[in-house]
Amino acid sequence: MSNNAIRLAAAIAATIGLAATAGPAASYTVYVSNEKGNSITVLDSATLEVKETIPVGQRPRGIILTKDGKYLLICASDDDTVQILDVAKREVVGDLPSGPDPELLNIHPSGSPVYVSNEDDNLLTVIDLAEKKVVAEVQVGVEPEGVGVSPDGKIVISTSETTNMAHFIDTATYEITDNVLVGQRPRFAEFTADGSQLWVTSEVAGTASVIDVKTRKIIKTIGFAIPGVQQEQIQPVGVRITKDGTKAFVALGPANRVAVVNAKTFEVEKYLLVGQRVWQLAFTPDEALLFVTNGNSNDVSVIDVPSLTVVKSIAVGSSPWGVAISPH
Amino acid sequence: MQPRQSRQPPEPRSPLLRWAHESQWRLFRPVAWTLLLLLSAPLPALAEEQHEEQAEPPAQAGELTNIPMAYLKQEVKRVIPLSRLNVEPEDLGVAGAEIALKDNNTTGHFTKQQFTLDVERVPVGGDAVAAVEKLVASGHHFILVDAPAETLLHLSDAVKGKDVLLFNVRAEDVNLRQEDCRANVLHTAPDLDMLADALAQYLVWKKWSRWLVVKGVFPADLAYLDALHRAAKRFGGTIVEEREYKETPGARRSDSGQQQIQLQMPIFTQGAPNYDVVVVADETEVFGPYLPYRTWDPRPVAGTAGLRAMSWHPAHEQWGATQMQNRFQRFANRFMLPLDYQAWVAVRAVGEATSRVGSGEFGPVNTFLRSDDFGLAAFKGQKVTFRKWDGQLRQPIIVGGPDLPVSISPQEGFLHEHAEVDTLGIDEPESKCKFQ
Repeated sequence: MSNNAIRLAAAIAATIGLAATAGPAASYTVYVSNEKGNSITVLDSATLEVKETIPVGQRPRGIILTKDGKYLLICASDDDTVQILDVAKREVVGDLPSGPDPELLNIHPSGSPVYVSNEDDNLLTVIDLAEKKVVAEVQVGVEPEGVGVSPDGKIVISTSETTNMAHFIDTATYEITDNVLVGQRPRFAEFTADGSQLWVTSEVAGTASVIDVKTRKIIKTIGFAIPGVQQEQIQPVGVRITKDGTKAFVALGPANRVAVVNAKTFEVEKYLLVGQRVWQLAFTPDEALLFVTNGNSNDVSVIDVPSLTVVKSIAVGSSPWGVAISPH
Repeated sequence: MQPRQSRQPPEPRSPLLRWAHESQWRLFRPVAWTLLLLLSAPLPALAEEQHEEQAEPPAQAGELTNIPMAYLKQEVKRVIPLSRLNVEPEDLGVAGAEIALKDNNTTGHFTKQQFTLDVERVPVGGDAVAAVEKLVASGHHFILVDAPAETLLHLSDAVKGKDVLLFNVRAEDVNLRQEDCRANVLHTAPDLDMLADALAQYLVWKKWSRWLVVKGVFPADLAYLDALHRAAKRFGGTIVEEREYKETPGARRSDSGQQQIQLQMPIFTQGAPNYDVVVVADETEVFGPYLPYRTWDPRPVAGTAGLRAMSWHPAHEQWGATQMQNRFQRFANRFMLPLDYQAWVAVRAVGEATSRVGSGEFGPVNTFLRSDDFGLAAFKGQKVTFRKWDGQLRQPIIVGGPDLPVSISPQEGFLHEHAEVDTLGIDEPESKCKFQ
């Protein structure tokens, strides 16, 4: 990138930042799955109000939007299926053969296939989205949960909660190429936007492991400590990293905090107090806001990313779990 | 939404194949080796088919490490419990160990470690020491012991000085953690103090602090009674009266049994000072289960009947326990019980340690299990570890009724300078354990 281009990019970034803090916020649609409510709450990111609640299958947990933004895929864990919600029609229009007890899922950058963790069967199920067919099942460790896809689409990660590993799976051959032992009960796997690092949170160990994707070695294990909070309450689950790779946000479960981590130095810079048992999180596409789900207080906290402040809590359904935000 | 590239899609595993796969594991018991041999003809075909259907993980460099484990069960003549729901399943504990073995081997697949479990059942009056010596002679370093406290101590003495670690999966006796503690024993079973503390914390949190204690006459009842006294003192419970149940109703199977009990129990609990809750100490289930709904005053029942403290509840579903319950039920065709969990923890603890140290060698594994680096994710919302002062598993305890867990202790507000979970059971300052 030339110097001019860098300056231009910086100017654009600054403008976006200003727009988010000072000007009217861009309007995106936020979807929240309510694990006990068996519903999806639809929020508006500009007004920060609930627009609608859509009834779906039983125990909806992990959710993700298809790359075209037309459908929301919902792990309806107790219905043993992934439901397809047409976001324009606001109704479930079909399902994917996910296998039993799907919990989390992810999508290949090209839009298909979809990768789903089946906790009960120690499998990562690979589903072609157009055909709605299983194209592969990869045997992984006990209780697979987190699913991460590398930005180039070449690697899919499955984390297994009892085996305590991040399994690196080649998306072309469906073979496991590496197994990286991480802290106890790995819940979530997230690549940095440049694909160089993989962040894996370990709920019971209370840590986040940063893995160098090239060498498949842990380069840093991040611990958390909050004055006045017992160490065992710190249970990292969801993690999101800004596109520029400067900041990572880690949801700390019953510690009721989101940790802000400097993604370059791996130092924890701040703990943001949110609702109870904070679980998953998602940025708006402009990264101005971060929405986090609080499973025990039945609300969503909204974090203003530039100022690192919690600006609002919004009551949603019962036990909010997953969150996905549409650019539309 | 096009597939990224075309390929021959392998079919998902058929239900039959799944069944066969599960069965293969069920047969992984030494007693059924002959059966396995009989089945071995169709097995290679099965293995091949599976290989095609699943992307098998590549073997890591190095030889496969074998880690033989054993489950030694001393059979005991037990009093038939009052409720037929509480009759011990034949495979109690063993099934928990076997499913943990399965979990270990799934992980072992990636770490080149292979675990086996030999189940040794010693008949009533049989020689448990001879059985353990045989297991040690055949290369077992990690042995789960499902036996009364006395037997456990004999076994511990017999293997003293050898590279053997025993896991006490059943005995709740406090002395095993105190004056009779042993360096070569780790306890995954909670002791009576831990259980009484967990219950007491909940009762006090609920402001049911005045207890009418009713006790049986057996030594086990008195041991639990001691634990109740200790817990009352620690957490602010008051025992308003202790009543002994001397008669044996023994009328379960008679047609008029229920009528008799309906009259007996109110009279037995009549005329007590003001109290909030009946706390029963009836370990062998002679009369305890008769108390709920039959007390003179309308009061809840807790202790060894009614609301009980336990390491595991068959309806516990928090912290990912649903998965554990599902796979256990599919495997054993019954609900998972506390002893199954205690055995699961023991086998998984060894699996966790071997995968972390990258070896099945006794020394490093034994050291790691007792170190600060060890921690096991065991569906309790926090890692479980072993206390350095007595080898007891440090674990949250479920307080539950017959159908559902009610709470999990430690309760909020019972503070501890290091870890709240150490408010349950024997804490370091009160430990009398001198490992020998």
